[in-house]
Amino acid sequence: MNVTGDFSGEVLRLDPELEAARICTKIRELMLTQVKRRGMVIGLSGGIDSSVTAALAVKALGKERVLGLEMPERHSAQETMQLSSMVAASLGIETVVEDISGILESVGFYTRYDHAVRMVVPEYNDGWKSKIVISGSMERPGFTSFYLVTQNKNADISTVRLPFKPYLEIVAATNFKQRIRKMLEYYHADRLHFAVAGTPNRLEYDQGFFVKLGDGAADIKPIAHLYKSQVYQLAEYLGIPEEIRKRKPTTDTYSLTQGQDEFYFSLPYEKMDLCLFAKNKGVPVGSVAAALGLEPEQVQMVFKDIEVKRSTTRYLHLPPLLVDDIVWENSK
Amino acid sequence: MSLQEDIRTFIVDNFLFGDEGGLSNDSSFVKEGIVDSTGILQLVAYIQEQYMIAVEDDELIPENLDSVSRVTAFIEGKKRIVVAESATVD
Repeated sequence: MNVTGDFSGEVLRLDPELEAARICTKIRELMLTQVKRRGMVIGLSGGIDSSVTAALAVKALGKERVLGLEMPERHSAQETMQLSSMVAASLGIETVVEDISGILESVGFYTRYDHAVRMVVPEYNDGWKSKIVISGSMERPGFTSFYLVTQNKNADISTVRLPFKPYLEIVAATNFKQRIRKMLEYYHADRLHFAVAGTPNRLEYDQGFFVKLGDGAADIKPIAHLYKSQVYQLAEYLGIPEEIRKRKPTTDTYSLTQGQDEFYFSLPYEKMDLCLFAKNKGVPVGSVAAALGLEPEQVQMVFKDIEVKRSTTRYLHLPPLLVDDIVWENSK
Repeated sequence: MSLQEDIRTFIVDNFLFGDEGGLSNDSSFVKEGIVDSTGILQLVAYIQEQYMIAVEDDELIPENLDSVSRVTAFIEGKKRIVVAESATVD
């Protein structure tokens, strides 16, 4: 692949038929030789990644060996269930709906979350909505800051920078959602003797955009090597419904709609993909800037942001660490 | 304890488990891997509470916060501004 000449989105073009076949072969091989479970559970969010992962699992294992889990809660977007049900129906897989609002209530999520928000917005109450956004690394050089956006009952929006303690409290409480969903995925996997699929794409996996022991936990992550743009190419080939392919990527984690590029990434995914690819392959900054319509300084800032996120989220990828290596001397 | 010593003690106690190691007052927190972006939030919270100064969005930059010396100079600069503004009001 020539990446030093005319750099463009074409570098991420793949043969979806070949790639889908390659992934399916690998899924079967891993299931047979290492995982040794009879099928796969996939949490369906109505987004592109879980839809493609489910479609690949069906192609690899057969629809009767795939279970889709739909796990809404009271902050979920209205279209989430509609879209996840649509993809499940199109794939012909069995689904189970687990509304996690009750579990979240039991662990005190809603109370803890609201309490943390009131540390910075005391008037925050029932009927209000909120989300966290980051300062764009493109807007100004500097450290990342996090802002709380609230919307009152009159739809008035206000934004306030989050201090250290409420920021940690909000993130810690919100992580309950991903961890409870994963707990339920493993419950169903255990009762069926299935494995659990993880759904990160390469951008999310590389940049640590997941919750440790939450959506970061899985037995197989079939699309973690694919840039998000490539996931969309596979989605089209696999016949994922157009409504899902056209939906703007969201986290569906906060009560206010939150785009992934508001919360975590510096740029929309199409541009982030190319910046990550360019950084990985050593494409000159000038070529990237020209292709994306950015200034070279902005590309440098995105490259720097990629490095910082890799560094600060390395802990998320680590397994539990041991003081001494334990060698299984009789194993091959 | 001087301002610089106080900042240094805060960094050593909170990010280095009390072990000063090779930390110099000019060591870059970020490049040396001492403080990450969440740690910067913690540092800012400490500065604001301990020294009663507001840290604005456009002040959250390495030039102000990425070493003991830089943090010290930043706080001293902010305090000078507060004193000057008080004098003007008087």
